[in-house]
Amino acid sequence: MTATVADDKVVSARRVPVSRGYRFELVKLVSQWRIRLLVLACWIAPALFVAGVGQQSTLPSDTLFGRWMHATGWAGPLVMLGFAGTYALPLLSSVVAGDVFAAEDRLGTWRYLLVAVRSPRRIFVAKSLASLSVILLLVAGLAVSGAAGGLVSVGNQPLVGLDGHLLAPGDAAGRVLLAWAAALAPTLALAAIGLLGSVALGRSPMGLLLPPIVALAMSVAQMLPLPVAVRLALPGYAFIAWNGLFTSPAQIAPLLIGVAVSLVWAVLATVLAYLLFLRRDFTNLAYDGAGRRAITVGLLPLAALTAGTVAVVAVATPSTGSGIEQDKVQRSVATAFAHLYRMQTRQLHRPAVTEAQLRSSAACTKSDGQAAQEGAGNDWRCVVTWDLPGVPVPGTAVYQLDITSDGRFVADGDGPKEVNGYFLLRTSTGDAPNPLWQFDGNVELLTPH
Amino acid sequence: MGTLHAVAARGITKCFGDVVALDGVDLDVTQGQIHGLVGPNGAGKTTLLGLLLGLAVADSGRLEILGTPVGRAFDAPEGVAGFVDGPGLYPSLTARQNLAALARLRGADARTAGIDDVLDQVGLTAVADDKARGFSLGMRQRLGLAAALLTRPRLLVLDEPSNGLDPAGKRHVHGVLARLAADGTAVVLSSHRMDDLEALCSEVTILATGRVVFSGPLGKLAAENRELDYRVRTSDPQAARRLADGTNGIRVVDDAGVRQDDELLVVRALVPALDELVANLVRSGVAVRELAPVISPLEAAFLDLTEQQEAGR
Repeated sequence: MTATVADDKVVSARRVPVSRGYRFELVKLVSQWRIRLLVLACWIAPALFVAGVGQQSTLPSDTLFGRWMHATGWAGPLVMLGFAGTYALPLLSSVVAGDVFAAEDRLGTWRYLLVAVRSPRRIFVAKSLASLSVILLLVAGLAVSGAAGGLVSVGNQPLVGLDGHLLAPGDAAGRVLLAWAAALAPTLALAAIGLLGSVALGRSPMGLLLPPIVALAMSVAQMLPLPVAVRLALPGYAFIAWNGLFTSPAQIAPLLIGVAVSLVWAVLATVLAYLLFLRRDFTNLAYDGAGRRAITVGLLPLAALTAGTVAVVAVATPSTGSGIEQDKVQRSVATAFAHLYRMQTRQLHRPAVTEAQLRSSAACTKSDGQAAQEGAGNDWRCVVTWDLPGVPVPGTAVYQLDITSDGRFVADGDGPKEVNGYFLLRTSTGDAPNPLWQFDGNVELLTPH
Repeated sequence: MGTLHAVAARGITKCFGDVVALDGVDLDVTQGQIHGLVGPNGAGKTTLLGLLLGLAVADSGRLEILGTPVGRAFDAPEGVAGFVDGPGLYPSLTARQNLAALARLRGADARTAGIDDVLDQVGLTAVADDKARGFSLGMRQRLGLAAALLTRPRLLVLDEPSNGLDPAGKRHVHGVLARLAADGTAVVLSSHRMDDLEALCSEVTILATGRVVFSGPLGKLAAENRELDYRVRTSDPQAARRLADGTNGIRVVDDAGVRQDDELLVVRALVPALDELVANLVRSGVAVRELAPVISPLEAAFLDLTEQQEAGR
């Protein structure tokens, strides 16, 4: 006669709690040299970069807020944010989230892990949380380090906003923090796409490349003359929409839409990765990615989400077309000019004036009025007019504008020389940068005419 | 008193799409037994080990592990440990860190989990603080075994644990498995190395194309009525050849595929005829310096049974 072992001690094995799995995954991630190097780089390199640039005579004026890096320490973290949104954050998401599942395939450790944890669900949650934690640590490093570098090397001065108004240091700090927080949403979307690629494509390097490829595609899309609804419906828009925090009033609607779209992408891509992961057969030694299922379960729902989001944004928002219209361009240029004129007045120790007294206005044309007066391009020309108390003749100044598809523009002063035609001002204390010579601004795409 | 079964499997079938990996497999493993699983590539060994570890669930049949019916994946009871398809190790961690992480994952205090003890058992104390990245295959196998030992298993499931082991490593692993079995742990191991199985296992199951073609004690397998080739090294090879030719039931084999050696004779015989040849040699004053099967009885049986199975398909 035989009997199977059965005593009081035999119970079904307990599944390992997520908290322990999370710690296990963190240990594995942090033990990797590349992750350690990334953490170190994210916490040190921005400070060194911002401090270094702050000491140079040439500033990265082609980057948003780059031209103000000598003026305030708060410009540094924003320059870093512009750079990070294009390059660093997609790469960080890729290296951390894009490899967190594929690494187990590469090392052949899935069965070991499953025997230890006994729950694919908990493994998924633990891995996702661990990669999220590391990504948050890296993003925090970029933000804190950039700010620290700027504050130490340049100082805690007011920041010139995108419409030329001055933000007090405290206000600037709060908005810099908000801008970085807003950039977390598209970073999470990219991280979720990384998770999806890592689950769906197994040990294939394509899984690792997916977040940068998606980010590149989103960047390219933002350069194209797409309708506003399509632009806002893409998960990468929040990497740009933080610009609206630095105008007065803040352009909140595009930012909220961008953040919401990114978060929906993050949730959907994570859920799809979860479903693909749970359907995987871990006893199949020949497994090398979900193959066709990756397209049906992974790609199609995201394509459907994009189409659905475009439709929702198109119906819910007032703007149509490119969102860059003549009226809005004129308003943005006139507003920024007025704010910056006051700054120039202070630098030259002239009698103070207010924006209301200046009553600035701009008359802008595109292609000398030969083409449709809307859309991106470097063929915008504006003539700004303003009044001064006690001066009977209004002043005028000319600007050439280069407006990109996302609504951002660079206004390049074309004279007169004593107002905006030269990059330096001769003040009583020496030469100083002329704030009216070149300035950045942006056109809010969603505002109706 | 009855025999306690750590594994009781009846009619286990498992398919992957159109491929039948296991086809009505029965398996009994008692406590304290080291049970070998043998079969050619694709026979279903790894699938069966995966079922025992709870990585998958059978499509049909009944499986009880440590007295607990297993009906769902990842439902194996407490006390089952091991690895299939190689041990899972993280190369960026040291041997000790790998074990500590596993201990903490299971809720144990890494300081009191017995990490030093299991490292000592598998002979890895000297490299405990080296990264697993630089470990040889044999060292990884031993660390995988140490990880399994850390859980104090009552059923240990090992897939090719002897791969890459040097003689010292093999001695450590054999010693550990023998001690575990002596303490009542059931061990199921698959291996292509018949010498290991013969040294360790009291029973074996031979699988071919997903079916059990033999299951039982090694002695039963060796005692099957089949001729084997034996290497006979003597002090006088020519006399030995003459005596072999004159002994009933003995055939001298000149193309046995063994290394050419003037002192060596290869004969094919049943055990009784071989006994008679040895007696004849001794009576004739020819010293017998070596007598061993060219391939082990288990290997011969394995080849016979699997070839029959292949021929019958």
